[in-house]
Amino acid sequence: MNRRCSFRSFLTTLIAALLVTALAAAQDLASFEKRITVKTLPNGLTLIVCERPEAPVFSFFTHVDAGSAQDPLGATGLAHMFEHMAFKGTDTIGTTNYPAEKAALAKVETAYTAYRSERDRALGPDPARLAELEKAWQDAIKDADQYVVSNEFGKIVEQNGGEDMNAFTNYDETGYHYSLPVNRLELWAYLESERFLHPVLREFYKERNVVIEERRLRTDSRPVGRLIEQFTEEAFAAHPYHRPTVGWMADLNSFSATDAKQFFDEYYVPSNMTVGVVGDVKASDAMPVLEKYFGRLPKEPKPEEPTTTEPPQNSEREVILKDRSQPLYLEGYHRPDYRSKDDAVYDAISDLMSEGRTSRLYRALVRDKKIAAFSAGFTGLPGSKYPHLFAFYAFPLPGHTTKEVGDAIHVEIERLKKEDISDDELQMIHTRIKAGLVRGLADNQGLAIQLATAQARYGDWRELFRSVDRVDKVTKADIRRVANQTFVENNRTVGIIETAAGGAAKQGEAGPGGGQ
Amino acid sequence: MKTRATNGLALLFSVVVLSAAVVGQAAKTTPQTTAPTAPWKKIPIPALPAFHPEQPRRIQLANGMVIFLQEDHELPLITGTARIRGGAVSEPAQKAGLADLFGEVWRTGGTKSQTGDQLDDYLEVRAAKVETEDGPDSTSISWSCLKGDQDDVFRVFVDLLMNPEFRADKLEIAQQGAFDSISRRNDSVGGIAARESARLAYGPDNPYARIEEYATVGAVTRQDLVDWHQKYVHPNNVILGVTGDFDSAAMEAKLRAAFESWPKGPAGAKENFTYATAKPGYYLVPKDDVNQSTIHMVALGTTRDNPDFYAINVFNEAFGGGFSARLFNDIRTKRGLAYGVRGGIGANFGHPGILQFQVGTKSQSTVEAIRAVDEDIADLSVHPVTEAEVKHAQDAILNAFVFRLDSPEKILGERMTYEFYGYPADWLDKYPAEIGKVTAADVKRVAAKYLHRDQLAVLVVGNTKEFDKPLSTLGAVKELDITIPPPPTAAK
Repeated sequence: MNRRCSFRSFLTTLIAALLVTALAAAQDLASFEKRITVKTLPNGLTLIVCERPEAPVFSFFTHVDAGSAQDPLGATGLAHMFEHMAFKGTDTIGTTNYPAEKAALAKVETAYTAYRSERDRALGPDPARLAELEKAWQDAIKDADQYVVSNEFGKIVEQNGGEDMNAFTNYDETGYHYSLPVNRLELWAYLESERFLHPVLREFYKERNVVIEERRLRTDSRPVGRLIEQFTEEAFAAHPYHRPTVGWMADLNSFSATDAKQFFDEYYVPSNMTVGVVGDVKASDAMPVLEKYFGRLPKEPKPEEPTTTEPPQNSEREVILKDRSQPLYLEGYHRPDYRSKDDAVYDAISDLMSEGRTSRLYRALVRDKKIAAFSAGFTGLPGSKYPHLFAFYAFPLPGHTTKEVGDAIHVEIERLKKEDISDDELQMIHTRIKAGLVRGLADNQGLAIQLATAQARYGDWRELFRSVDRVDKVTKADIRRVANQTFVENNRTVGIIETAAGGAAKQGEAGPGGGQ
Repeated sequence: MKTRATNGLALLFSVVVLSAAVVGQAAKTTPQTTAPTAPWKKIPIPALPAFHPEQPRRIQLANGMVIFLQEDHELPLITGTARIRGGAVSEPAQKAGLADLFGEVWRTGGTKSQTGDQLDDYLEVRAAKVETEDGPDSTSISWSCLKGDQDDVFRVFVDLLMNPEFRADKLEIAQQGAFDSISRRNDSVGGIAARESARLAYGPDNPYARIEEYATVGAVTRQDLVDWHQKYVHPNNVILGVTGDFDSAAMEAKLRAAFESWPKGPAGAKENFTYATAKPGYYLVPKDDVNQSTIHMVALGTTRDNPDFYAINVFNEAFGGGFSARLFNDIRTKRGLAYGVRGGIGANFGHPGILQFQVGTKSQSTVEAIRAVDEDIADLSVHPVTEAEVKHAQDAILNAFVFRLDSPEKILGERMTYEFYGYPADWLDKYPAEIGKVTAADVKRVAAKYLHRDQLAVLVVGNTKEFDKPLSTLGAVKELDITIPPPPTAAK
């Protein structure tokens, strides 16, 4: 436009060239090639070891290629439930007498099945009979509990210095992770393989109550949680993405330990698992130890993938939650899965619209129009392994409406469709995504998660680095094309929280600017 | 970048086995244990290789500025953070929110020569960051960049440190953002519980528990920000830590060139605050759109220079920490009453922490869950933490100790903290030995000394009509009014 601007563009390009050189020195693919060893065992389990000798510690990540999208019909929440059970120990950890406990646990299942059939009878349960069956079930639980050494698995990890022990379940996968001092590598390999070799689903029905509390915490008692659940159900008609990961309340009160064990038997097979280890380990020493323990898992066929494909959406959908909460605007557009050739284009759009104070949504809605406290766009809602949504959202400032912020988001989307983004912006996206990758490399746990996930999803950890190269190849035309293809009204689902009359108002929500 | 509204929508899509971070690892001996021949006990644990990570180099300039340099050549990055004495606790009560606005507008308002927007463009194209923040007792300004951009980015850092402009249009955006946060503060149960329990533990007028209101945020002017900068941002108030891929001698020369001529300012006065913990009893925030009660039982905690700190640490591990602590085992695992349950005697560096126990349980077991925690506390005098539990907690703490030092950045962060709060530089070095000395008698003594059930203020945020029993069956109940005071009427 003017001389200063074109000078800046020139400078930008120059700097980016320098930056790429700086990165190449220490953090390119080649340097990781030297430090990473991958091995797929005869049973199908993939191990990935990355040497990072910064301190005498290591982290691991066990990736199981099954998430809530694999929950059976009528048993939503089961993948997550099993994740909780994976901390309950084995036939040698967490028990005082496994043979007796095993028999007692079988009785719990029989008693629960009887109780559940009566409870769920089409014509309604017989109250006396139901009470009797419930008592029998609870008595069986008490009997089994006498053999339990509570939380022994977690206790062993903690006693050995385990750090950040946790696990997560999302729509696409289940992950387990923690860190230990490096002299505990063999102990860890034993514990981690053992919990998937001989899992014992003890204390199942108490843990089910814990999971129900988790649902109350995350979904039922949070306005945003309530909206997201309704929104996701609306956006997906056929694909399992329409069901909540934590599970519907009725399902949580229904599934059994037997159901969870079946889920485990089907999906926790070595060919469905990838284990990443990063830290002060030598692959030549560590790999034989890992092989010795993880090689014990019996070989099973890789489970079938769900076959339903979400049908095309051909009308706009809308969910409006009138709630005791300040307003929120959310919208999502269907897009293809993560293997799409346009995946990097969506990443570029997300960066352009959302990253930092130069992002388009920040500048338009927060800085210039002053109508939102925050606004961003992101991809991967609610998962990314299957076709999913690219979403935008904004929190309107007091005195502004969800309509105003929605309209302002649409103005920015129209710009994406009609105008090429600038050279500066394109350069900024490239640089930022590269720098983002580099900043994530100095952390054992983060690296273990990223490497194992890339290995599991693409069959090659190198895709972690190549995905950045792919963003580098994204052009202005790609961004316009994908925006025009994706961000259309008929492909949109809108989710809104509107403040219920007499709700939050009682708590004085009308801020300055109210009624403007 | 700093954002006020929740931007973690994406985080809502996974569920995890443990809620947030627990107070620490923990240990409890269960009455029964597996046989000593358990397979995992036979796995050899070799000695951990000797590990003596490099300590940061401390430099003090003649003007009082303290600098720490910590080389880390793993990645081609350089990061520096200046922590500056003076934070939200020092703001006048009628301008609560001043430090919060300062922490944002310091950066967004730009420098005398460049607007914040110009800085955004300049930095983002380098994927570099210069950011400012506020905290209760300090503010900070930091930079992070690729090594090759160090000179360019450091220049921005110094300019912003010394010559900020606090442009009025950015103050307005920050104030609108603060108003938005105020308007949303009763939307989340967790937010209500954290805020109100801090007010119970510290007293509503204590600066560590103070909350921003429309009126106090609206009262802050651009001049207040300029004055704050003048008052606090002096070299003798600054601790600067730099870590990354640089040569210390060269970096020292550059920092000396940048800061040696910076004139010293007046020394800050030490402030003392009053802690007025609420009367023991029950405090209720009714919320009828939830099906889970959030319970916080609180009292005033202590500071880390308390000689009892180590025994308190071991007690916390054993009683209220992770997977094997007594509370987790009883309330979550055995009774299935809660997903999140944790707590302990909180200890901070500069001011007392909060002694607290937190439970989230379905409305229908509210009273039951409080009674369960009561029982576990009462049980401590009948069954004090045992030798075995102490040993277990010590193992957990000591074996995980290496994670306090496993990156140069963490080591630098620890040292800066000790410097800021006037703790000895070797405070962390002594930590393992002090933990190792703790005995069961020590743990019993600190539990008896600090934890008194009859002195706790119990906050319940929940749906009263669904409670198993009225809260009043436990004791006198005071209902807290969390109505947000409306903004002063159209003074503009």
